[in-house]
Amino acid sequence: MAHPIAEDAPLRTAEPRVSFLNDPVKRGLLVQFVLLVLVVGFFAWIVTNTAENLQRANIASGFGFLDYRAGFDIAQSVVPYSQDASYGYALLVGFINTLVVAVLGVVIASFIGLLVGIGRLSSNWLVRQISTAYVETFRNIPPLLVIFFWYFGVLAVLPQPRDALSLGFGFSLSNRGMFTPRPLFEPAFWVVVAGFAVGIAMTVAFSAWARRKQMRTGQQTRVLPAALALIVGLPLVLFVLAGSPMSLEFPQQTRFNLVGGLQVKPEFIALMLALSIYTAAFIAEIVRAGILAVSHGQTEAAHSLGLRPGPTLRLIVIPQALRVIIPPLTSQYLNLTKNSSLAVAIGYPDLVSVGGTILNQTGQAVEIVIIWMAVYLGISLATSLFMNWFNRRVALVER
Amino acid sequence: MFGQLGKQGWLIMKATSLPLALGLVLGLGAAAHAATLDDVKAKGFLQCGANTGLPGFAAPDNAGNWTGFDVDYCRAVAAAIFGDPSKVKFTPLSAKERFTALQSGEVDVLIRNTTWTMSRDTSLGLKFAGVNYYDGQGFMVRKDLGVSSALELSGASICVQTGTTTELNLADYFRANKMDYNPVVFEKLDETNSAYDSGRCDALTTDASGLYATRLTMKSPGDHMVLPEIISKEPLGPVVRQGDDQWFNVVKWTHFALLDAEELGVTQANVEEMKTSDNPEIKRLLGVDGTFGQAIGLSNDWVVNIIKGVGNYGEIFERNIGTSSPLEIERGLNALWTDGGIQYGMPVR
Ligand SMILES: N[C@@H](CCC(=O)N[C@@H](CS)C(=O)NCC(=O)O)C(=O)O
Repeated sequence: MAHPIAEDAPLRTAEPRVSFLNDPVKRGLLVQFVLLVLVVGFFAWIVTNTAENLQRANIASGFGFLDYRAGFDIAQSVVPYSQDASYGYALLVGFINTLVVAVLGVVIASFIGLLVGIGRLSSNWLVRQISTAYVETFRNIPPLLVIFFWYFGVLAVLPQPRDALSLGFGFSLSNRGMFTPRPLFEPAFWVVVAGFAVGIAMTVAFSAWARRKQMRTGQQTRVLPAALALIVGLPLVLFVLAGSPMSLEFPQQTRFNLVGGLQVKPEFIALMLALSIYTAAFIAEIVRAGILAVSHGQTEAAHSLGLRPGPTLRLIVIPQALRVIIPPLTSQYLNLTKNSSLAVAIGYPDLVSVGGTILNQTGQAVEIVIIWMAVYLGISLATSLFMNWFNRRVALVER
Repeated sequence: MFGQLGKQGWLIMKATSLPLALGLVLGLGAAAHAATLDDVKAKGFLQCGANTGLPGFAAPDNAGNWTGFDVDYCRAVAAAIFGDPSKVKFTPLSAKERFTALQSGEVDVLIRNTTWTMSRDTSLGLKFAGVNYYDGQGFMVRKDLGVSSALELSGASICVQTGTTTELNLADYFRANKMDYNPVVFEKLDETNSAYDSGRCDALTTDASGLYATRLTMKSPGDHMVLPEIISKEPLGPVVRQGDDQWFNVVKWTHFALLDAEELGVTQANVEEMKTSDNPEIKRLLGVDGTFGQAIGLSNDWVVNIIKGVGNYGEIFERNIGTSSPLEIERGLNALWTDGGIQYGMPVR
């Protein structure tokens, strides 16, 4: 409760009697209330006005169309899709395609960004120059141009499928994308999967044990060789013992395209490369800034304790740098996700592209735009929530 | 700074559907208005929705003047209203943008190789004023592919533009013939065509008229051929908004006047002499007799203005897409009914 003090009030003996409008709390509430009414009223007006306009113009409206048969095909889908599916399901396919690009893009961009960011601070002159050139080049070219560069400039000039570039082991590259063999699993393959899971579980247990031992005795145990043996070696041995329960399906040349195997389409490759490379340039700068923000005294202290440069970076500098890195990193992740809507330009069927097709067939522009906005907002909020949670976890705990 | 750069992705949406959808939301468009003809007269020019660049149908030439078959239709409407075929401005629209642009009132009429379909004529709130070009969907392939029929295209990658009837016909055709295909779907005409030209797809599909026009824009047009199959009916025509009968009539009767003029032998060159003709049909058409022009809110010499401005249907056809033009399209179905085609102008009576 605030206590406004009249100029000549000698002492606060009782609540001063002020008019309703002069009481900042009540006035504040009033302003908030009026604002709320205006905002709600504004949106109500927009909604009714839109509905009326659409009706007067005889344009169909409402979300009922989501159940109708789509009737068009989508080239790339993670989940099974046919033209008999509904518009709603087609949107879901587009949404998943967007997520795939966003998630993979974030992972690859973070990886490149970390390398380049550290590279810019490297003591090696060449590494430093290359990293700087990378950042300055890609940060300054609009992402759409980068996408076109990869799609029309690089991938489109690859040879036709019948003279595809062979990369060995059944891998090939052509203007239809990259083809790889597809593994076909036999039922006995579950042994290998189980072995893999066991290997991971045992590795986790082993590293916990190693950590405890280090706490107790100060002795370090190398975890990596054991981890490799457990996670890679164990399933491999089981694979051989179970009689190699897997075969490979190789892509076959047909009249037009390669058929069979796995195909990564050029639209996807171009979008993926362009978005990761573009965003990585920004992430590199964020990483560099984060590392520079950790005072050099920390490194010196670590060195004087006898830590080698590798562990110093891993154990001392990066954990502290993360606090500076994560908030701006979040907005880069959001940018990458939103930029993925540039997919329409090169025919990757993401949410915007599929939505555009539906918009056109049904004419329900308002509804589709609402869905677009809601989905991107949802993805962005989810990313922010996760990153904020992560940020709190790595935040320096003041002791 | 970071935030701003990342907004690029939204530009595409913003640039296309968003403002149009907003137009609908705020009702600023003429959607609420019914008197398009009065609005156009008050504005002093016709705003015509055109293609973004389909040679022969609608494309700006080197000097920035729009020319083409559909463009001349726009000019014909302008001539009917203003007596001056140049009082028209063009809004280039992609397949995806066109209907929202018309609905929201951004353009007065859409004359852009648009297929008359039932849903467009009903739930989109639009009305087709006629068919100025009877078309059908076809396929174009590179000659060296060695394909001579669309039925051999099983397994092919096919480039197609989104927002078209084309996309759906393609799906239907391949399913009906139990064939597989890989659709590669683009939003813009340029991107669709350059993807096909660079070999990303084995075939390009769209209206046959569009294929002939597109072939001219390929790096070497001679390397491509249009397959004989026509897999759909694509009646292309001018479109207006529902709820404005007067405007609908202006556009519809401009179309019929162009056909009637051809049938009666009225041409750009002889229209003045024809005014003195004894033929009562010609007299009515050219406004010598009767007040047909006034009845649709125009002057009685409206047809004289149209024909002086752009010529009759046959002249428009020949000049832009006919056998003497680079597109070399035969009249075919688009010949007058008197010449074995199905173009048929309703009588001015
Ligand atoms: N007639 C079909 C297709 C019309 C169409 O848009 N065709 C494409 C390919 S020829 C086109 O003109 N695109 C030009 C553009 O989007 O600017 C329809 O109405 O849906």
